[in-house]
Amino acid sequence: MSDFPVLSLVTFLPLVGAIAILIIPNRDEALAARNARWTALWTSLFTFFLSLVLYTGFDRKSAAFQFVEKSTWIESFGINYHMGVDGISVLFVLLSTLLTPICVLASWDAIKTRVKEYMIAFLVLETLMVGMFCALDFVLFYIFFEGVLIPMFLIIGVWGGQRRVYAAFKFFLYTLTGSVLMLLAILAIYLQAGTTDVPTLLKYTLPANIQTWLWLAFFASFAVKVPMWPVHTWLPDAHVEAPTAGSVILAGVLLKMGAYGFLRFSVPMLPIASDFFTPLVFGLSIVAVIYTSLVALVQLDMKKLIAYSSVAHMGFVTLGIFTFNQQGVTGAIYQMLSHGIVSAALFLCVGVIYDRMHTREIDRYGGLVERMPKYAFFFMVFMLASVGLPGTSGFVGEILVLVGLFQVSTWVATLAATGVILGAAYMLWLYRRVVFGKLTKDELKSILDMNGREIAVFMPLLILTIYMGVYPAPFLEIIEVSVANLVDQHKTAMTAIEALSVAGQ
Amino acid sequence: MIYVLAIFLPLVGATIAGLFGHWLKDKGAQIVTCGGLLLSATFSVIILNEVALKGEPQTIQIFSWIISGGFEVDWSLRFDTLTAVMLVVVTVVSCAVHFYSIGYMHHDPSVPRFFAYLSLFTFFMLMLVTANNFLQLFFGWEGVGLASYLLIGFWYEKPSANAAAIKAFLVNRVGDFGFALGILGVFLMYGSIDFDTVFNATPGKAAATMEFLGGTWHALTVLCLLLFIGAMGKSAQLGLHTWLPDAMEGPTPVSALIHAATMVTAGVFMVARLSPMFEYAPFALDVVCVVGASTAFFAATVGLVQNDIKRVIAYSTCSQLGYMFFACGVSAYAAGVFHLFTHAFFKALLFLGAGSVIHAMSSEQDMRHMGGIWSHIKLTYAMMWIGSLALAGLPFFAGFYSKDMVLEAAFAADSGVGFYAFWMGIIAAVMTAFYSWRLLFMTFHGEPRADEKTMAHVHESPKVMTIPLIVLSLGALFAGYIGYDAFVGTGMNEFWGKAIFVLPTNTAIIDAHHVPLWVKLLPIFVGLIGIGLAYYMYIMRTDMPAKVAAKCWKLYLFLYNKWYFDELYDKLFVQPANYIGRGLWKEGDGTLIDGLGPDGVASLVRNLAGRVSQLQSGYVYHYAFAMLIGVAGLVTLYLYTLG
Repeated sequence: MSDFPVLSLVTFLPLVGAIAILIIPNRDEALAARNARWTALWTSLFTFFLSLVLYTGFDRKSAAFQFVEKSTWIESFGINYHMGVDGISVLFVLLSTLLTPICVLASWDAIKTRVKEYMIAFLVLETLMVGMFCALDFVLFYIFFEGVLIPMFLIIGVWGGQRRVYAAFKFFLYTLTGSVLMLLAILAIYLQAGTTDVPTLLKYTLPANIQTWLWLAFFASFAVKVPMWPVHTWLPDAHVEAPTAGSVILAGVLLKMGAYGFLRFSVPMLPIASDFFTPLVFGLSIVAVIYTSLVALVQLDMKKLIAYSSVAHMGFVTLGIFTFNQQGVTGAIYQMLSHGIVSAALFLCVGVIYDRMHTREIDRYGGLVERMPKYAFFFMVFMLASVGLPGTSGFVGEILVLVGLFQVSTWVATLAATGVILGAAYMLWLYRRVVFGKLTKDELKSILDMNGREIAVFMPLLILTIYMGVYPAPFLEIIEVSVANLVDQHKTAMTAIEALSVAGQ
Repeated sequence: MIYVLAIFLPLVGATIAGLFGHWLKDKGAQIVTCGGLLLSATFSVIILNEVALKGEPQTIQIFSWIISGGFEVDWSLRFDTLTAVMLVVVTVVSCAVHFYSIGYMHHDPSVPRFFAYLSLFTFFMLMLVTANNFLQLFFGWEGVGLASYLLIGFWYEKPSANAAAIKAFLVNRVGDFGFALGILGVFLMYGSIDFDTVFNATPGKAAATMEFLGGTWHALTVLCLLLFIGAMGKSAQLGLHTWLPDAMEGPTPVSALIHAATMVTAGVFMVARLSPMFEYAPFALDVVCVVGASTAFFAATVGLVQNDIKRVIAYSTCSQLGYMFFACGVSAYAAGVFHLFTHAFFKALLFLGAGSVIHAMSSEQDMRHMGGIWSHIKLTYAMMWIGSLALAGLPFFAGFYSKDMVLEAAFAADSGVGFYAFWMGIIAAVMTAFYSWRLLFMTFHGEPRADEKTMAHVHESPKVMTIPLIVLSLGALFAGYIGYDAFVGTGMNEFWGKAIFVLPTNTAIIDAHHVPLWVKLLPIFVGLIGIGLAYYMYIMRTDMPAKVAAKCWKLYLFLYNKWYFDELYDKLFVQPANYIGRGLWKEGDGTLIDGLGPDGVASLVRNLAGRVSQLQSGYVYHYAFAMLIGVAGLVTLYLYTLG
């Protein structure tokens, strides 16, 4: 097993598929589109099954990086092609490989123009996402991290809605500002420590005064990606304009990149600064939870509403990460996984009716349950998971984050918990206006229920949502040791600082 | 094995009926769910016998749920006397309601869905009562909330039903917010949320303090109060009660099962279950007592003037739940649970009876449009009498034993809150009797006020509906007499075992047997007064109610509008939330963040670019220059931080 480069395979297989689609002859457009769809589906499915090796072969008892591959890349700067996963990242790889085939399936009929290019964009995106979660070299990470922007930018800008250009630029502008600062931070670290190798850096202690600046630079980049309040306004626009599958990947995986960055770099490499800035993160996250929940309450556009709810949910994630204790951090990771599945499913739910009616306006719907009972059922389950009902995946993450928070600050925990009430309010209100009520609108009277392909898209997500809610133990087991290691490291670093300051006095 | 089956059969039934209802058709769905419930109820009786009467409590582990650090939670089933009693109440009433619904819902186009929801509710309720830790209790707690939401909004075309469903879910969420914080606090204090671990450690924590919201408080008081907020939400106690009357939008069998007999009593169950904690938090107990007594009084006053037959019974439920709470508040948990037990039967009976009336009256619910129908539906009429007699606590009916016990315990507690509860309870008892007979007289007696078409259609319900009524009426007749010794009498200690814990110094329940005679007789006496008054006003002098209402119109409107709680909450929470939300969206996100952020930058760039292009110096040069400045700035910064 040790020599088998499974991570590289999982990362670059989609790229191979993309190249295959590229060389499909363009003579007959319908045929080319069909071939592109099938190639993309098989590639992504195969990648997913291959990535299951990571799940079965993962050593749950070890906090070390696993499936490691390392070879020299740019020798003069000591930059390596270094890949590996630990308990924090491995499940995100699986999340990415799971959602990609679902996206391909969800776009099956919805995308009619430039199908080839669309599928290529998605496969390239998959490569970059997976690579990002596996990269163990800062430069490599940066390339993947920023590279993700390009296909996403294109997906929104080319296949998006009416205001797609505005949304795409807003998206680009925000995220780019952050990434420039991160690049500088990486340079500074390289100058200081002389390496960009992540495992080495995780053991390296950076001086306290530099930590603050580096932390802020990272924060600028990661906070935009999460997104944290007040740099969240790109998200609703991006979601609204993106095609359904674009929203799915955006909410499902791309939003996790920022929080992953905090977990992988900010917290372990910059413990002093992380500790110092905790009040700031808590403050912004609490505002995010309450503010965006209130904003979600008054939305008229379904996708916007779910986008705002994502900001609120990600607020829980950042809260959990900065508790620096086992439950909080585990909860944050679990919340991300759950949100990756649930919000993806919710966007797919919007997509189902958008494909039929070509509108996302809530007022244009009502009483759908009459014609679409299957749809109503799926939507209901995901709506409840988003609300965090016990027994769904959403609950486990939320309660763990709250358990973690309560140990740190009862105030923050109490305020965060109010988000749980508001979250229920806007989701139930949305569901009621779309699905319940009397079916009075003429254009809805002939709407069709979900077909086999759509059910196939939703089924795995539904099963996972329930399974992860009722029996989360196997997933928590994977996360456990790595998080324990992270928490211990943080504690050690903090006690070292305290000892130092005591000695200084 | 039967222990596990009793809990999971309803889930199996719900899943089959819910997912395959389309193929099973109505009949199939009914057979699956009713059959499951019948078995489950049978097993529950066996369990009660083994656990409570033979004294063999047990716990069954299923599998682990959440493990993270020291936070370890299992799925497991706990069977002690308290659980067994609740099991019997839940499954028997649920079973009766299931069968009743076959008749009541037979016109409805989505029968399988209805039965799936009913069984799903039963499953969650069983998970709630068998929970062995706080989190599983919370699972059942929110689960029944979900089922209640689904069933209240069952007729999804009705806007009022949808609104009521959302309201129920949200108000309960407010309660659950307190409950969840309570759980977090318990974990912080005890490092575990297993009932046994927590209960065993509680005596050692009697004096412990904890930090909460900036202050340092007596830990158990804080925890118990937080948890009690959850109980208030679920059991519709004063302040968080507003959802219960609206919940009557759901089909009547639902009101009987969820909003009378089972779910709403979960709060009482919780306080009794957590008696080992509440016993060490005397202030929290006082709060429980005062809230319960106030609710008993408040809900009764509102019940006096309502015209919707179901709403009268709903307020009555609210009021009776208050009785159960103040019993718990004076440490007479056994009395509270006893009243819960008897109440489940007679209140479900009243609701199903009301359903039978509504069924007969072609879906009419307003009592002002009823009257004079007793001779047409004699069986239902008799059933309503039995239910009302039990509710009013007249001798030898079920309510007589339990309600008197509750009031006597409050009196025997010999404390300020105890006396408050006792007198509130007595006043509420007068009103209870009054509104119950007002209901009977308005519904069944006097001149018919419905139109001829409806009157011609009035008919007794089919057997599938009346037999469940008869079964429940047996409970309303005999549950009190049969249960008295075991629940609160001489067999009390043996019966409860370790399921309920009372400090030896809290003796209200023992002293309750030795109160003065007038305390024992007063509830019966005031009950008769209430009945007499109702007879006078609604049979003898039918012009009186209108005159009284006209004379005290301010009071009448105040009561009729339920003390204006809904209006107050709307002004206080709903409207501001919408207003603030819109403001934050348009002004906060739109003007402020986007204006200063991306849009501002974009227009700035456009502006600059315009000027730059006028300079004809070319972009490359400017970029290079800008980058130079940037690098210079960063180097300065770097040096600065190093130095």
